[in-house]
Amino acid sequence: MTSTATTIPHAAPPYSGPRAFVQRLRHGDEIAHLITLTFAAGILLITSLLVWELWRTSYLSRTKFGWHFFWTQTWDPIFDNFGALPFIYGTLVTSVVALIIAVPLGLASAIFLSELAPRKISDAVSFLIDLLAAVPSVIYGLLGIFVVVPLMRSWLGPLLINTLGKLPGIGKLFAGPNYGVGFFTAGIVLAIMVVPFIISVSREVLLTVPREQREAALALGATRWESTWKVVVPWARTGIMGSIFLALARALGETMAVTMVIGNDPKISASLLRPGYTIAAVIANEFTEATGDLYLSALIELGLVLFLMTFILNGLARILIVATERGGGRPA
Amino acid sequence: MKKTSIVVSILLALAIAVAAQPGTILLNAAGATFPYPIYSKWFDVYHQKDPNVQINYQSIGSGGGIRQLLAGTVDFGASDGPMSDDQLKEAKFKILHFPTVLGAVIPIYNVSGVSGELNFTQKALAGIYLGTITKWNDPEIAKANSGVNLPASDIVVVHRADGSGTSYIFTDFLSKVSDDWKNKVGKGTSVQWPVGLGGKGNEGVSGLVKQTPGSVGYVELIYAVQNGITFGKVQNASGKFVKADLAGVTAAAAAAAKEMPDDFRVSITNQSGPTVYPISSFTWLLIPAQISDATKRDAIKGFLKWMLTDGQGYNEGLAYARLPKPVIEKEMKAIALIQ
Repeated sequence: MTSTATTIPHAAPPYSGPRAFVQRLRHGDEIAHLITLTFAAGILLITSLLVWELWRTSYLSRTKFGWHFFWTQTWDPIFDNFGALPFIYGTLVTSVVALIIAVPLGLASAIFLSELAPRKISDAVSFLIDLLAAVPSVIYGLLGIFVVVPLMRSWLGPLLINTLGKLPGIGKLFAGPNYGVGFFTAGIVLAIMVVPFIISVSREVLLTVPREQREAALALGATRWESTWKVVVPWARTGIMGSIFLALARALGETMAVTMVIGNDPKISASLLRPGYTIAAVIANEFTEATGDLYLSALIELGLVLFLMTFILNGLARILIVATERGGGRPA
Repeated sequence: MKKTSIVVSILLALAIAVAAQPGTILLNAAGATFPYPIYSKWFDVYHQKDPNVQINYQSIGSGGGIRQLLAGTVDFGASDGPMSDDQLKEAKFKILHFPTVLGAVIPIYNVSGVSGELNFTQKALAGIYLGTITKWNDPEIAKANSGVNLPASDIVVVHRADGSGTSYIFTDFLSKVSDDWKNKVGKGTSVQWPVGLGGKGNEGVSGLVKQTPGSVGYVELIYAVQNGITFGKVQNASGKFVKADLAGVTAAAAAAAKEMPDDFRVSITNQSGPTVYPISSFTWLLIPAQISDATKRDAIKGFLKWMLTDGQGYNEGLAYARLPKPVIEKEMKAIALIQ
């Protein structure tokens, strides 16, 4: 027991008292333990300070509007009447559109790169994709303004209105007028931005699936695609989910690229082609010139709402992962 | 990009602070972005003239400038809109306003088949931004533009999405010419726009207008001049359609000088006179009336005097309008109030 205690942390200490502490320090384990603990606690501390500061500085707005803040549609700095609903709506809608486009695209690319492509090509392409993930968002915004917006206005928008827009029900999502800027355009730009995250992380996860799993499936008579889709992908499900939620987190908080293409109009409309606004965008746009105390406080409360949204969505993601794990796939 | 410029200016400030010799007076100021080009020119030239005075200006926005001044973290602030009575009451010390230069806001548009300058009546501009005038061939627009073939297309309204002094000047004008606007929307750096798309910055608005057929927007005169953008004439209080230029902006200030209040907090939009351009405004320096540090006080006073005389000579080069003479004289007297 005493001989192993020095190598296993938290096991019964060989000595007690201050002399033992010095003894343990000498071995380095305790130092490593303390340092990592301090840093881990530091992260928690920073997060709680962040929440506390948002909570404290949004006091004026919280006391004045209460829960109404969440379902009021007005945002009027002149008459000091503020509500978060259009911004919450815009943030959610653009992120959902982005994921609907990016998930199939990203997942298919990741499967191709990890399972089907030759290793050399796969590595080269992955390197480029990792570079894409590092491009600053304002560059994506410019791409949006100069490429996606004109494309949306002159080609994709009219096409959507004349095809999907004619269908009952879903048609409401694609009703005109079409200015080229709006929820859908922002969703496309966000999708382009988050797809590298999904590909990069999913590919890594797929590559860690043991070779034996594939071989076993093939030995049972599965085709290559069957082994990929029914064995490899379910095995890597948790990691793939993780990549999707990483993408969602980026989409929710993206500011610059979104504000350049969304139209910045705090309205709730069923049509995805209409202009909207997101929480991150309105904070970035209005914070510097916000003179009134209540105005400033309302902007900070929006920040708090965004924090809560990411918190809740991350929680839901955890629950989803736990729920799907129970259904099979990789043994925990 | 803004972030980088803030970081750069902080680094610069540090470098200056380190390099500063004993005896150098370092003044910190922050505020409006609109006059930033002329302010940085002035502070630079003034430093060469008087090497002992170093003014470090951070263009963090008018709102930020006012907050920093109230918090006492800067020696003076700068704002595109005058401080409200409430804000002045809230301040722990008395704050004086000093107009420095003039700016103007002009309407830009993208109408198919129209390449020349359009005339905008006051009612037309208010109606377009209220959403009550929705077609380009509306009689209110057509009657001021006889001979121009206006299409029956929808008007797409574009406004600033970010809080800005430009929006303040524009909404101040609309509030004066339309009671509907005054009661429903009001004036401010950000307002609840009844209709339209938001663009970030002058470049965002002009980009949207350039790209969107049938659109109308507003940008700073300087921006339009520097980028060669065609812009419309606006009807002034005398009923004349005036194309904005620096002389017309100075004329607006001169027209307002007669009833200039002692604290200089005055709106000069919608003045009357044959050459007056109606959507113009001062931009102000916000200076505490009591400065306990005598060297700093003298440095600020010295700068103000220079800015009102020789400094004004730099305005046109950067496309800012000069202050009219009566305003300069009045300000010269007001400098004595700083104690």
